[in-house]
Amino acid sequence: MNIYLTVVLAPLAAALLAGLFGKLIGRAGAHTVAIAGVGLAFALSVYTLIQQLAGAAVFNETVYTWMVLDGLTMEVGFLVDRLTALMMVVVTFVSLMVHIYTIGYMCDDPGYQRFFSYISLFTFAMLMLVMANNFMQLFFGWEAVGVVSYLLIGFWYTKPTAIFANMKAFLVNRVGDFGFILGIATVLYFTGSLDYATVFLQGEEMAGKTMELFPGQVWSAVSVACILLFIGAMGKSAQMPLHVWLPDSMEGPTPISALIHAATMVTAGVFMVARMSPLFEYSDTALSFILIVGGTTALFTGILGVIQTDIKRVVAYSTLSQLGYMMVGCGASAYAAGIFHLMTHACFKALLFLAAGSAIIAMHHDQDMRNMGGLKKYLPITYWTCLCGSLALIAFPGTSGFFSKDALIEAVHAAEIAGSSYAYWCVLISVFVTALYTFRMVFMVYHGRERMDEKTRSNLRESPWVITLPLILLAIPSLLLGWVAFDPLLLDDYFGPAIFVLPQHDVLAGFAAEYSGPLQFFIHGLQSPPAWLAVAGVVTAWYIVLVRPDMAEAAANLWPRFTKFLLNKYGFDDFNQKVFAAGSRGLGQFLWRYGDVMIIDDGLVNGSARAVSGLSERLRRIQSGYLYHYVFVMVIGMTALVGWLYWGFD
Amino acid sequence: MITLSHYLTLSAALFAISIVGIFINRKNMILLLMCIELMLLAVNFNFIAFSRYLDDTAGQVFVFFILTVAAAETAIGLAILVVLFRTRHSISVTKMSSMKG
Repeated sequence: MNIYLTVVLAPLAAALLAGLFGKLIGRAGAHTVAIAGVGLAFALSVYTLIQQLAGAAVFNETVYTWMVLDGLTMEVGFLVDRLTALMMVVVTFVSLMVHIYTIGYMCDDPGYQRFFSYISLFTFAMLMLVMANNFMQLFFGWEAVGVVSYLLIGFWYTKPTAIFANMKAFLVNRVGDFGFILGIATVLYFTGSLDYATVFLQGEEMAGKTMELFPGQVWSAVSVACILLFIGAMGKSAQMPLHVWLPDSMEGPTPISALIHAATMVTAGVFMVARMSPLFEYSDTALSFILIVGGTTALFTGILGVIQTDIKRVVAYSTLSQLGYMMVGCGASAYAAGIFHLMTHACFKALLFLAAGSAIIAMHHDQDMRNMGGLKKYLPITYWTCLCGSLALIAFPGTSGFFSKDALIEAVHAAEIAGSSYAYWCVLISVFVTALYTFRMVFMVYHGRERMDEKTRSNLRESPWVITLPLILLAIPSLLLGWVAFDPLLLDDYFGPAIFVLPQHDVLAGFAAEYSGPLQFFIHGLQSPPAWLAVAGVVTAWYIVLVRPDMAEAAANLWPRFTKFLLNKYGFDDFNQKVFAAGSRGLGQFLWRYGDVMIIDDGLVNGSARAVSGLSERLRRIQSGYLYHYVFVMVIGMTALVGWLYWGFD
Repeated sequence: MITLSHYLTLSAALFAISIVGIFINRKNMILLLMCIELMLLAVNFNFIAFSRYLDDTAGQVFVFFILTVAAAETAIGLAILVVLFRTRHSISVTKMSSMKG
């Protein structure tokens, strides 16, 4: 238990030190403390994983009871099983890489210490999320990563676009979190507990219960709970239609795009679905919902990546698309494949972001790909690592992304649940789209004509070692992780009881029978459509970008309306701006004008004063000051009183 | 034979006279005080008549109290009147309306 506490508290302590005493310990002090904290967490996470692999028992204990309310206990506790251990390693590894990278990337930023404090705090929050053993703590971690994400997107808080982006991220996540907390409430209502172990035991029982959402509409309780929880995941993991915040979040510094908006936080939703598999398994409705949302996200956000010109946005759209993949994996009950893809994606997507950041530094913070080109010559390490990441992203046979993505696609293909064939076609076509936009980026940035101006060109040079080291360290797992992890994750039931799959949903069961190891899967993969689609995508990108650069423009002019539709990102932003933003502003205006100004200010506050003064205006006329008037009133009053005494009591 | 009703009639008549006196008097404040006094006397009359009729001396005790209060009140009233006359040189009721709201 002390190990787990240290894992969580080391980054927190580092965050506090770097944040509160940043001036005192200076820049070097801040990054030393932060890297030491995260490094310690990483080392202990690896130790935990090794222990789990060696067959250590699942750790599930409460550390601290926060409060007990009428049978409902709210606690801080850790559940460390194989799923958690894997996530811990992924989170701390990417976090450590990003910490090191930040030294180089943020070296001349005035908010250096603040940045380290935030990313360490993020690591703490993310670890709390993945290590939680109850819904309360999960929700804490969920919100805490959201807050840090908000702080980091708006890290350059003098930039209006950054402020807009972080507000947008916060508000969109609010929608998801509202669903999430309703989901937790539903779970609590039906099971009476927030503890994972207790709740999961009642998954089957809950499937038998029903509830009426609207009068006459009977829903299975577990479906309602799962869909609500998944709405939370849609917000955090940026699934359509709550994906709009992720591309805008690229306003933040590149290291956090890599850490938060690619590798860890946005995958929290996938992790959550996998963790809740004992609930999701009992709801075919929820699984179909996940498949359809995930499939749509995977394909349609990928298409948007093809027309982006900002290097970070291309990677951001590809993140959206890959998150869709992971969700599809979970929806098809191939949670192991989803988590596998999460893991490989964390490596290669963090790598791609960090490589993009390296190119951005070389270009003096110009992110427009149209101004790049031919950078291969100037940034060899960045180029080769980026190429590794890109190959992994497009699932080029042999890379880690190939194993996770191909396995995922096959699993979806094997699934029989409603919506799985739609999701299958989405993810399959998306393979081509992924290859197209990824290599369009690679060719535009690193190959072809050098389009930058002379001054920038003369200053182009490879980034310092603090930047290239994380790139290399991330490139290694991007290429090789699949060979190592394929066997245990997909064939040997690594997760064991941590992930629960109903026998009739078990799409990965066929894997163990069909493949004996990664090599056989590799050979099989060479003959299957995804590999060819990926190659086709690369060739198309090569042709469009390098051979016939005029073609893209011609295609754009072919259907100007469609191009505009894509440039508007399917109109989601406009819709949100016009309907939700303008609508809520209108509602606010209405409430302000009629509720506040008219009813409260004018009606209640000024109104009561006016009523008193109006009444007294009339009453003062009675006060004539003449004695006989008063006497007259007195006599009338007396007469009335006597009359009442006389006739009143019968 | 003088019965209870005679007494009550007399007291009612006195009371009515005093009320009318208050109403129609527009000039003199002393008259106002006298009318109030008369009103109290009418009430006292009732008390004594009923006290005798019901054979209960409590009514007569009350009369003593009322007389005392009336005397004190008249004294205060007259004192106020004197002060009023000193400052305003008039005791006319119609001219006194400084309490107008």
